[in-house]
Amino acid sequence: MTNEELTNTITSWFPDVEFIEEGSQYLTILVSKEKLLDVISKLKEDTSTHFDYMFCLTCVDWPEHFQMVYHLKSSDLDHMLVLKVNFEDKEKPEVETVCKMYATAELHEREVYDLFGVVFLNHPDLRRLLLTDDWEGYPLRKDYVDEINIVTL
Amino acid sequence: MEETIISPDGTQEYFINMGPQHPSTHGVLRLVLTLDGEIIEKVEPHLGYIHRSIEKMCEKDNYRQIIHLTDRMDYLSAHMNNHAVSLAIENALEVEIPDRAKYIRVIMDELTRISSHTLWWGVMGMDLGAITSFLYGFRDHEYITEIFEETCGARLTMNYNVPGGVMFDIHPNFVKHVKDFLADFKTKLPEYDTLLSGNVIFLERTKGVGILSKEDAISFGVTGPAGRASGFSNDVRKKEPYGIYDQLDFKEILYTDGDTYSRYKARIDEMWESIKIIEQLIDNIPEGDFQAKTRKVIKLPKGEFYQKVETARGELGVYIVSDGKMSPYRMKFRSPGFSNLSALDRMARGGKIADLVAIMSTLDLVVPDIDR
Amino acid sequence: MYLSIYDFSSFFQSIDNWLTSTFPEPIASIIAWILIGVSAIAFTALLGLSLVYAERKVAAWFQLRIGPNRVGFQGVLQTVADITKLIMKEPLTPGTSDKFLYNLAPFLMMLAPFIVIGALPYADGLQVMDLNVGVFFVTAVSSIGVLGILISGYSSNNKYSLIGSMRSGAQVVSYELSAGLAIMVIVVMSGSLQFSEIIEAQRDGWWIFKGHLPVWIAFVVFIIAGTAETNRGPFDLAEAESELTAGFHTEYSGIKFAFFFLAEYVNLFIIVVLAATLFLGGWMPLHIGDWEAFNNIADIIPPIFWFIGKVSALIILIMWFKWTFPRLRIDQLLTLEWKYLLPISLVNIVLAAFITLTGWHF
Repeated sequence: MTNEELTNTITSWFPDVEFIEEGSQYLTILVSKEKLLDVISKLKEDTSTHFDYMFCLTCVDWPEHFQMVYHLKSSDLDHMLVLKVNFEDKEKPEVETVCKMYATAELHEREVYDLFGVVFLNHPDLRRLLLTDDWEGYPLRKDYVDEINIVTL
Repeated sequence: MEETIISPDGTQEYFINMGPQHPSTHGVLRLVLTLDGEIIEKVEPHLGYIHRSIEKMCEKDNYRQIIHLTDRMDYLSAHMNNHAVSLAIENALEVEIPDRAKYIRVIMDELTRISSHTLWWGVMGMDLGAITSFLYGFRDHEYITEIFEETCGARLTMNYNVPGGVMFDIHPNFVKHVKDFLADFKTKLPEYDTLLSGNVIFLERTKGVGILSKEDAISFGVTGPAGRASGFSNDVRKKEPYGIYDQLDFKEILYTDGDTYSRYKARIDEMWESIKIIEQLIDNIPEGDFQAKTRKVIKLPKGEFYQKVETARGELGVYIVSDGKMSPYRMKFRSPGFSNLSALDRMARGGKIADLVAIMSTLDLVVPDIDR
Repeated sequence: MYLSIYDFSSFFQSIDNWLTSTFPEPIASIIAWILIGVSAIAFTALLGLSLVYAERKVAAWFQLRIGPNRVGFQGVLQTVADITKLIMKEPLTPGTSDKFLYNLAPFLMMLAPFIVIGALPYADGLQVMDLNVGVFFVTAVSSIGVLGILISGYSSNNKYSLIGSMRSGAQVVSYELSAGLAIMVIVVMSGSLQFSEIIEAQRDGWWIFKGHLPVWIAFVVFIIAGTAETNRGPFDLAEAESELTAGFHTEYSGIKFAFFFLAEYVNLFIIVVLAATLFLGGWMPLHIGDWEAFNNIADIIPPIFWFIGKVSALIILIMWFKWTFPRLRIDQLLTLEWKYLLPISLVNIVLAAFITLTGWHF
């Protein structure tokens, strides 16, 4: 499907989804935290969109909010989509896990938890992945300070 | 300590640690296996032994410095990592790179792919016990590495790509050496194939072992030859072509069995395809500039940019979030090894320890790629 | 023509006469025993050293490199240097291991080869004991080696070692059956268990040419079972470096490790000597039936050189296996033995008995 057709299809299913126009080469939609699972499962199950391959899952630390970014692709229909979720609460960021639908999300979400501190609800095994288990803090956040390990010139 | 579980016939499960230092986990990867006799119940990878926080460092370095960091992620496809970042920056700046640079980049890419696959072939034989294949694989790897040394100045971490093209022109002997290499390699590759794949012991060790179905491959995000051996067709060079891949004639290798032997065959066939690609390009390198003019200090416009590249292990994704400054706001590398590793548990369950070694060698993991 | 200058028995007889004439009776015997013992042990040790050197050179030849070539002329003293290093290493004993068994295991491993070396024929008259049950003695005593493997894995108190030794124990015990049955074919055809009689029976041609089909099958089975017995070649799962970091001898260092190391090579030598003696005629030169002229010419080369030639060829063949083939998994290994080699060997021995009774061999 082309981007227009995708836009129309998604608007017909979820009218209150925002489309972000500037700054990205793929079609980008912004979804609220609560509707994330519904939107993703509909996009995956429905045969006209069939987004069954998630090729990137990451998080960006903006000054006001965290933003989860999911890059989806369909293995047979070859179209791509970017899904974003914002959380305003930077003290306790939580979101539902998508690893029931995409098995690759298990390790990716563990990495995001490790480096950003975002808690994924109902994740089967949420532990630190790359850092040691007793590490304090979340390094990829912008306000992370570590005098010993980070050398600033 | 974990509880021991006693099964109905009175036997207990036990844990074995294939520790960070181990001859057959290629890199510092720690696997905790739960075993019942010789059968594997669960494989749990513990990562992070070579985590160098490349993504955090990218937030402080400017764009030209980031290219030097990307070499060290998957060092066996160093050139392709650089290519990915350079392409992302060029697409963001909308810079048109000269044809000569495009040809050189693709030739170097394919040579890197061949060298990575010959090294993989050598190590695969060694893991399964045919130790001699290690030296034969390295012999050809050396041949290519010497070609790289002549042109790029370095053997492993090439640093040859810059935003705008390549750093310097190719060496005058480059074309001749590559042609000699191709002529030599085309006689060696059938020999290598027969040495391992013609061997009954090897076939017994790899056929039917570690099967990964197509749905699992898509769900786990297994790309590269490992995914294509399960029928998941997503060669980035075909689906979203970059460089001059859309003008070249090569096949995408797909097998449907999804076992270790198909992954082995997929890589051998990929080497043949790479040879074909280089032969189409090596005689036709156009004259011209090897680098487009870019500003000395690169600032990307605000926005997000994603670039995919097909490395020897799978699909590498470079995701740049820029806010207009000299360094990216967030840089994420979607590494192929990370997703390939997550499927290891699914593939290895129910097999024996010897099968685990065979599966890991066909997944072709390079741990710095996983840990970044 | 029987060239008596190549007969060692007269040489030894003269030493024996000199000893009995110089010393009173019990002391002469004791001195004789000490001489024989020391020379056998020295021979075994030198054998181990030279086989390790040969392995490294053969491996290098297959792998397109040179191998040891710095220490001594063409690297001949390399193994001496290695053994010196191993002797001078600190013998680390893991704290939680069973001390007595842990120290006993390497000695058991070395004991079996030392004893067996004495029963094998090297040249005409060059044999320590020519037992009338020679073949039986060799196969029985060489089974003591498996005790060493099992005890070392168990007493190390290490999961890796335990897995390795259990695998190896299962493997060695299984393959002894096929090896034994292959040896039985030759015993049936020669009609004796004594080495010198078996070799005499090959005076008119080696068994591999005289006895045709059953002996060929037995030879192939024996070579396969022999490499599996010694944990070598494609059957070296027990010490599979890339899986279990050295298997049953992981926890051994220094001189104890050297014992395991040397014992493997001396075991290889024993299997090869058995194959050469039973199937290829041992020290007997190549004779063809009644062709007098040919036999006389063949007899000019001393038997000891025939022996060394055959043994070297088979050793290189078995080393070739190791450096070419990948490893078999443990269940494939045992399947090979119990489902393929053993039935073939059983059928083969019936065939051999039939052929011997009817006399349908050369």
